[in-house]
Amino acid sequence: MSAGTYYVPEQSRLPIWASFGLFLTVFGAANWMNGSDKGPYLFFVGGLVFATVLWKWFSIAISENMAGMNSPQLKRSYVMGMQWFIFSEVMFFAAFFGALFYIRTLALPWLAGEGDGVDNPLLWPNFTAEWPLMTTPDMALNGDAATRLGPKDSMTFPGWGGLLGWLPLWNTIILLSSSVTVHFAHSAIKNNNRKSFNIWLGVTVLLGVIFLILQAEEYIHAYNELGLTLQSGIYGTTFFMLTGFHGAHVTIGTLMLFIMWMRSMLKGHFKPDDNFGFEAASWYWHFVDVVWVGLFFVVYVFG
Amino acid sequence: MAHGPAKGFTRWLYTTNHKDIGSMYLWFSFAMFFLGGMFALVIRAELFQPGLQIVEPNFFNQMTTMHGLVMVFGAVMPAFVGLANWMVPLMIGAPDMALPRMNNWSFWILPFAFAMLSSTLFMQGGAPNFGWTFYAPLSTTYAPPSVTFFIFAIHIMGASSIMGAINIIATILNMRAPGMTLMKMPLFVWTWLITAFLLIAVMPVLAGVVTMMLMDIHFGTSFFDAAGGGDPVLFQHVFWFFGHPEVYIMILPAFGIVSAIIPTFARKPLFGYASMVYATAAIAILSFVVWAHHMFTVGMPIAGELFFMWATMLISVPTGVKVFNWVATMFKGSMTFETPMLFSIAFVILFTIGGFSGLMLAIAPADFQYHDTYFVVAHFHYVLVPGAIFSITAGVYYWLPKWCGNMYNETMGKIHFWLAFIGLNVTFFPMHFSGLAGMPRRIPDYNLMFADWNMISSVGAFLFGAAQVVFLYNVIATIVSGKKATDEVWDNPEGLEWTVASPAPYHTFAEPPEVK
Repeated sequence: MSAGTYYVPEQSRLPIWASFGLFLTVFGAANWMNGSDKGPYLFFVGGLVFATVLWKWFSIAISENMAGMNSPQLKRSYVMGMQWFIFSEVMFFAAFFGALFYIRTLALPWLAGEGDGVDNPLLWPNFTAEWPLMTTPDMALNGDAATRLGPKDSMTFPGWGGLLGWLPLWNTIILLSSSVTVHFAHSAIKNNNRKSFNIWLGVTVLLGVIFLILQAEEYIHAYNELGLTLQSGIYGTTFFMLTGFHGAHVTIGTLMLFIMWMRSMLKGHFKPDDNFGFEAASWYWHFVDVVWVGLFFVVYVFG
Repeated sequence: MAHGPAKGFTRWLYTTNHKDIGSMYLWFSFAMFFLGGMFALVIRAELFQPGLQIVEPNFFNQMTTMHGLVMVFGAVMPAFVGLANWMVPLMIGAPDMALPRMNNWSFWILPFAFAMLSSTLFMQGGAPNFGWTFYAPLSTTYAPPSVTFFIFAIHIMGASSIMGAINIIATILNMRAPGMTLMKMPLFVWTWLITAFLLIAVMPVLAGVVTMMLMDIHFGTSFFDAAGGGDPVLFQHVFWFFGHPEVYIMILPAFGIVSAIIPTFARKPLFGYASMVYATAAIAILSFVVWAHHMFTVGMPIAGELFFMWATMLISVPTGVKVFNWVATMFKGSMTFETPMLFSIAFVILFTIGGFSGLMLAIAPADFQYHDTYFVVAHFHYVLVPGAIFSITAGVYYWLPKWCGNMYNETMGKIHFWLAFIGLNVTFFPMHFSGLAGMPRRIPDYNLMFADWNMISSVGAFLFGAAQVVFLYNVIATIVSGKKATDEVWDNPEGLEWTVASPAPYHTFAEPPEVK
């Protein structure tokens, strides 16, 4: 390491504006949810401020790198930043996977009277544990008067006969393929093959979009035909929260890869030995892919 | 980079300097400490006598809730991050934090988050009133509308913590001066490295649990609603999976501070450096498998009770290693008792008392008696006040001359110490007795039999509050008109921070120092 080469940026207006934008976004969201008319405006203005700052921030970081201000040591800081950010995302999903595990394996059987507890059969008579949970405790107790209703149908494995028409299987194939194509793109840029990089990255973005369209199709199907909604008891809750947060991450990941693709197509960014912006986005993409594999098994196959 | 600080107020808004940002964190924390302290004094004033005299029960609940939230997320955590910002680059010979702009962002989220959280006090239905642990369904079905603002405040302060922790990890792993191997790092750096790992691991889980609340409240999900197949106890599991590592986030950096101060004033190197590092790591790992000891009375299977009981007790082994190491460091040292040392010795003794009451609470069958009583309140205040708060205070006295170049007033420091020491014990020691006698937590009125202990606690609380005014005065007086401090400040202290001038120049270690 040579002396005095670590680039410490000058004063910057970015952080305070990012904080303000973030605050306005969540403040607006909270007002909106609490029924205030001003809520949506605050939310969208905040989101706009926040998005603008992020755009500016990334473009400054990119131009600093292209101006050669980033030493190898500084680049390592960015690499570590991305790695630990992904770790934090892993832990966010862990909370929801953990909730699903707890509900399926422990809470529902206890609610149905298993274990040491004596009060649950008194509170919720006639309730039997099952997964997917079609008959909620409320329905078991109150019948037609129940307000917490389960779904009419679930997303679980349809059996081998219906395998080829099963959307989650196709989504799995699409997402796994996209992990391979983004890897091809990575290899291509390392070999300085710009054309191949652009093609494979474009294919990856396309696969991401197709995944999202199919996911939207699945949600519409769930709402309209299966009677499966966010409000369908704990099954609907866990199904939509897990797949929904995953879908949100796919959206972010697709957007990231799309921006990388535009940078390469329009500006000719990325070099064989200097392409961390793309690499970080591809790591994020692989992470999103791994989460899907987990979802595929615990939410769909063994759902 | 520029040589000096920018002119004018915008210096603080736009800064990328770790010392500026460290100072802002510390002042912010100080302000929150007084705000949270005022909430505490409302509580103690109401509890001075049995009966309802000053506040309505609902407002009392808002005070206990806001006191906890402000102290944990607004006072203790930002103070440690502020100390990390100031000291970690100085201790490892780095020119700044690894990602200086993100560093400023982490800070500036906090004033917005706490403005939003505090504003709930003036909202329809009042502030959050469900306790700082915000158990469902109190915080969902029965919560005031302001809970939504509370949830989003938690979200953005969590984002701030995660970014701060990422920055600290990247700084420690990537920015050490040549020769500063991991096992040569000061313990404050080590404990912060491990704390940052804990933060990144559990703050997202906190974000997850408040998101589940948000969905239950506004979007009809059933996470914590048994009628739909959910479980309110699920809330407690997810919350405490965050919550237990969180309490170590509030104590591990304290271990690091005390491990820096005791050797200086005992004039001996720290005893058992390597074992300190391993003990810290062991405590951090164990913190992930003990969470349900907060929930012994919730109706867990016996196997769960036993597992969490034994796992919890295991923690006393590495913690004991630390306490013995501090004592061994002092053993046969030529000790002097300047203010930082007084706070550090009080830390060792009083934190150990808090540790012992923790061990009592860890015994599942006994916990059925102690649960949700003032004994629990006594326990966690003994680990947080003489633990986290005293270590931060000790750190401020120890490093303040390095920060501002002036020496604090030793007499006033000692007055502060003794007032705080007496005040804190008078406040919290009687709570052990009222708790064992059966006084429940979080009540504005109580049985006559608890009156004496409560009156004593309240007197102690106001004494402790007064002590902090002395602290504030001493800090300001030092900065404004303290006597000039030497570069070394203390008698041959160890560490790179003492090799730079006092006050530390705006930029230090642009050329990394050579560490032998």
